[in-house]
Amino acid sequence: MTQEQEIYFDNSATTRVLDSVKDIVIKTMTEDYGNPSARHRKGKEAEDYIKEAARIIAGTLKVQPKEILFTSGGTESNNMALIGTALANQRTGKHIVTTRIEHPSVYNPLIYLEEQGFEVTYLSVDGDGHISLEELKEALRPDTILVSVMYVNNEVGAAEPVEAISGVIRENSPRALFHVDAIQAYGKYQIRPKKQGIDLLSVSAHKIHGPKGVGFLYINEKVKIKPIIWGGGQQKNLRSGTENVPGVAGLGVAAREAYTDFEEKTAYLCGLKDYFTCRLGEIEGTIVNSKKGMDSAPQIASVSFQGIRSEVLLHALEDKGIYVSSGSACSSNHPAISGTLKSIGVKTEYLDATLRFSFSRFNTRQEIDACIDALKELLPVLRRYQRG
Amino acid sequence: MKARFRAHEGRKYMEYQSFLIKYAEIGIKGKNRYLFEDALVKQINHALKSVDGGFLVSKESGRIYAQASKPFDYDEAVEALKKVFGIAAICPMVQVEDKGYADLKEQVKEYIDQVYPDKRFTFKVAARRANKHYPIGSEQINRDLGEVILETFPETKVDVHNPDVLLRVEVRQKINIFSQTIAGPGGMPVGTNGKAMLLLSGGIDSPVAGYMIAKRGVRLEAVYFHAPPYTSDRAKQKVIDLAKLVSRYAGPVLLHIVNFTDIQLYIYDQCPHEELTIIMRRYMMRIAERIAEANHCHGLITGESIGQVASQTMQSLAATDDACSMPVFRPVIGFDKQEIVDVAERIGTFETSIQPFEDCCTIFVAKHPVTKPNLGIIRRSEENLAEKIDELVETAMGTVETIWCR
Repeated sequence: MTQEQEIYFDNSATTRVLDSVKDIVIKTMTEDYGNPSARHRKGKEAEDYIKEAARIIAGTLKVQPKEILFTSGGTESNNMALIGTALANQRTGKHIVTTRIEHPSVYNPLIYLEEQGFEVTYLSVDGDGHISLEELKEALRPDTILVSVMYVNNEVGAAEPVEAISGVIRENSPRALFHVDAIQAYGKYQIRPKKQGIDLLSVSAHKIHGPKGVGFLYINEKVKIKPIIWGGGQQKNLRSGTENVPGVAGLGVAAREAYTDFEEKTAYLCGLKDYFTCRLGEIEGTIVNSKKGMDSAPQIASVSFQGIRSEVLLHALEDKGIYVSSGSACSSNHPAISGTLKSIGVKTEYLDATLRFSFSRFNTRQEIDACIDALKELLPVLRRYQRG
Repeated sequence: MKARFRAHEGRKYMEYQSFLIKYAEIGIKGKNRYLFEDALVKQINHALKSVDGGFLVSKESGRIYAQASKPFDYDEAVEALKKVFGIAAICPMVQVEDKGYADLKEQVKEYIDQVYPDKRFTFKVAARRANKHYPIGSEQINRDLGEVILETFPETKVDVHNPDVLLRVEVRQKINIFSQTIAGPGGMPVGTNGKAMLLLSGGIDSPVAGYMIAKRGVRLEAVYFHAPPYTSDRAKQKVIDLAKLVSRYAGPVLLHIVNFTDIQLYIYDQCPHEELTIIMRRYMMRIAERIAEANHCHGLITGESIGQVASQTMQSLAATDDACSMPVFRPVIGFDKQEIVDVAERIGTFETSIQPFEDCCTIFVAKHPVTKPNLGIIRRSEENLAEKIDELVETAMGTVETIWCR
């Protein structure tokens, strides 16, 4: 149980905060700690951090700073996007379209909205995790007010054809809003909401080397939306509560870093993923559920291991200082939602045998080699001892 | 100094400064009685330490007093005392200075008014004049105070045989007024009946078993069999948390964590799969016994209950028992699952026990494990282990991790 190494391959769960992020977080906690609503100079200093972060983020998306709403993270952004627009637009209609592979922070607010009288259509996905544009077209109705699709699936990394989806929406249901959960995509893809027809976009800071507990929601200025948190009227009364200045400032820095030398970083990540999945070919009984290259997210590799219980392999890797996560076989009791792995057709015997390896730009090929070595050592042993 | 805190019956504020603590079984322990009393005083002191009231605990003619020296949280103090084995009942007391007989009557009126908002009850006054210099005899006090209460609260009635409220007035240097009795957990003070080793699995049953044995005054140590990577750090943390929950009653528990993986895999390799669980349990008993002996325990405790699972049939229990010579105590042996759950909920271990982390008993469980193991066959299967098992057990013994849970 002695660990000489620490290899962190769980970057889709969360990432290490950058030093530059840490510095600004500490500075806004200990020096520039004013309340942005305060009338004095310390208040203005704090407000400047918020404005600067909004400016940086808006720049990465080519949108206006005023279209950025800071939240407590991805979950709140998704809740706000779904509940806030559903409530504001319910006179137009009460129908919402989404997919069967969304994150719980999308489908649980939708289940709540179903209880409130909204109707939700869940689109199926193919073996690559992509929805069918035909099925989407059929699902759209005159009373459809919102379509919510994730940019990148968090379990297998499948990237949805966002632009094509918005095209279908504009053509068939022009009044419907298009929300994109980009929590696994921001920082990995060049996202252009205006060009891609995205009305709302959810992002979390801690997936891009920012702090936990902060994120943002891009809201196109034309979108009708209601707050889900009321209070002192901060952020134009859309999201009350004293702004999380250290978090927001840290998010701004993380966003800037993510889109600096962007092509290089993405190519590097993609290279790591492809190298990893390629080397997995040396090991018998492994199935890679994620596609190569940029057809799926550059940082995510979902792998099923024949005859293994994922949790056991996870702990065995942990013992060697390698941190990964297990793909959830099925995380919902809702009949329409069957979990990503099942939806993309992963065989039943592999549902509980799947691990997610997710990389960051701080990972190296040497780490991947060490991981492959560990797998080669562990798998035969673990396969020998099975239940039943 | 006075503490102003809420009486447990709520509504109005009552000032309690001390507790009269009654014990039951210790009272009949003959010449050893002082040992039990001292142990109980020690446990009460320990329990009240976390309640910031500067309590002074003293024993006095068959009862124990816990006297606060500063304001304290009443509910917290009662909760702490309710976890001390050996306490039969807790009486919260109001203590007043002796400022004359007229003042005493006023104090009693106020006490009744505050503690009993609803005055439709029958009562009896039972005074005790421990301070023999007090000018009025106890019978007279009874009559006078009874009269005062009847006059002030006309809805009340006297019933000397079966009163709803038995109001006690103890005249000492100060005067104690009390009438409420809160049931204690019973049992015997921990530390008066030796020490035993609890096999703690992380399930619902074993913490209850530990609680029940500790209740009889037995100090606990615990052993947990960890099987990484098949069981996770969270499973281990769960067991540590359970040991801490049990320690609220049993006092600090020394938890021994045994790495059992290699032994388990070796049994898997060498023995028939359907006998894996029973052989594994026999090795757990052997290792637990060795740790118990090394730590001066006098017995093992398990949470087994007849027939609950394949390894707990009468035959399986006999086969498990055969592996060690130390007495094995199974306090929930005759309990139904629901009865165990009821205790677990009452003592606050249930919610932790049901966290879904796998323990090592289930990871390799066979589809059809033997339910009626034949001891001869099991022993013969164990002969297959001869080559390496001693070495593996020694390694496991040598790498035991110990944690104080309190």
